[in-house]
Amino acid sequence: MQNLGIQVLFQGNNFLRLCGGLWQSLQIAVISMVLSIVLGMILGIVMTSPKKLVRFLCRIYLEIVRIMPQLVLLFLVYFGAAKHLNINLPGSWAAVIVFTFWGAAEMGDLVRSALQSIPVHQYQSGFGLGMTKLQVYRYVIIPQTVRRLLPSVMNLLTRMIKTTSLVVLIGVIEVVKVGKQIIDSSRYTVPDAALWVYGVIFIMYFAICYPFSRAAAMLDKKIKD
Amino acid sequence: MKKKLLGALLGVTLAAGLIAGCSAPAKENSNGAQSPSAKARTLSEIKDSGTIKIGVFSDKNPFGYVDANGKIQGYDVYYGKRLAKDLLGSEDKVEFVYVEAASRVEYLKSAKVDVILANFTVTDERKDQVDFALPYMKVALGVVSPDDKLIKDAAELNGKTLIVVKGTTAETYFSQNHPEIKLLKFDEYQEAYDALADGRGDAFSTDNTEVLAWAIQNKGFTVGIESIGNTDTIAAAVQKGNTELLDWINEDIKTLGKEQFFHKNFEETLKPVYGDEIDPENLVVEGGQV
Repeated sequence: MQNLGIQVLFQGNNFLRLCGGLWQSLQIAVISMVLSIVLGMILGIVMTSPKKLVRFLCRIYLEIVRIMPQLVLLFLVYFGAAKHLNINLPGSWAAVIVFTFWGAAEMGDLVRSALQSIPVHQYQSGFGLGMTKLQVYRYVIIPQTVRRLLPSVMNLLTRMIKTTSLVVLIGVIEVVKVGKQIIDSSRYTVPDAALWVYGVIFIMYFAICYPFSRAAAMLDKKIKD
Repeated sequence: MKKKLLGALLGVTLAAGLIAGCSAPAKENSNGAQSPSAKARTLSEIKDSGTIKIGVFSDKNPFGYVDANGKIQGYDVYYGKRLAKDLLGSEDKVEFVYVEAASRVEYLKSAKVDVILANFTVTDERKDQVDFALPYMKVALGVVSPDDKLIKDAAELNGKTLIVVKGTTAETYFSQNHPEIKLLKFDEYQEAYDALADGRGDAFSTDNTEVLAWAIQNKGFTVGIESIGNTDTIAAAVQKGNTELLDWINEDIKTLGKEQFFHKNFEETLKPVYGDEIDPENLVVEGGQV
């Protein structure tokens, strides 16, 4: 067993490159998530609007995002924008745009359901104290929804991190692609490198996503208590 | 509940309309290919910008791959660097964009790269989408067999068992042109190689680049037939209608032919993988002359 596949990880700067790829994935996911949370909060409030037309438009947006595969959206923004609008975006920007478009819709729906789960008397008491609508949301409703939201937000974030493996198709070199490059460049010298490289990628994804899911589970428990 | 369903239904219709609306112009492009929406850079624009953007594979050893130090290497890349040197005066004035097989055409159509050098096999279908330059490489089928019962000619296979992988050009070629040869078919490459090693067949055939590389790694097996069947060529591609750049690449490839550039490229990039016994004439194309 002198030709153990694990050796490829220590050749050159292979391991550092894998970490670099992971950093790229994480960057896209986290930036998109921050934008999604901000936009999703606003969208969620809009979604509870009493106006039918507004709710209807929000509903269409949400359905489009849920129906369209993320890959189609990525191609539309990366290649489509360049071809039809002459906007030549770098791959990572296109990825952030698509993931935010997706995340904001999902987040909006989460915020909407959290808002609707707040009992009506909370609103009424606020208004009864002479607060404006904005003040009721700012001081009464939002703080309560944030606590209810946290677990599902963590869930969305881990989903987003895992979905970043699609961005390779628009030329962004993330962790899975780096892995494939390493496996291929040592294809003739270390034929069983694949198992080891994918194993390490698995551990990397786990190491990143696990703390988030743990945190989500703990928060969930805390809120229940 | 009814309202929600109605909303969802409307959403679906609208989304479908959106998709249809977006794909319609793309279809126009492939038909009237003279007018892609994003215009490719002309030769002088590339010169002014100082770098040429070339799309290459980053996981196709030995044609385009990233080595352990993160540097891009390979047969296609070697040629790409030379293009940059001839056009802009330095091998470093090139930006390599890592592309995937499925999106190679899109990269050209959206003008994200100037040239694609990603082991692009010339086919009639692709000629409608992009313009191919003169070829710089060719591929055909190869046949690998054990050293002690080496098969050097298709006639020697008469009545023997040949292993092929389903859906490959090797399967089509042998079943159409050599019905006298018994074919043993497998779904996966690994199974096929295992069958050859076990002696379940007398020989195995697939792309010659693939069997050549395999034979180097497996002692006791040799590629007896290095080139058989229809030869496909591999060439650089530019956006449809970018004639100026295309003409320049073609002129350049003719000049490179005089100094036997692709033989040198073969020595540097392919020989370490395919070994000494391989005849470069089976892979290399000089000056665009197949």
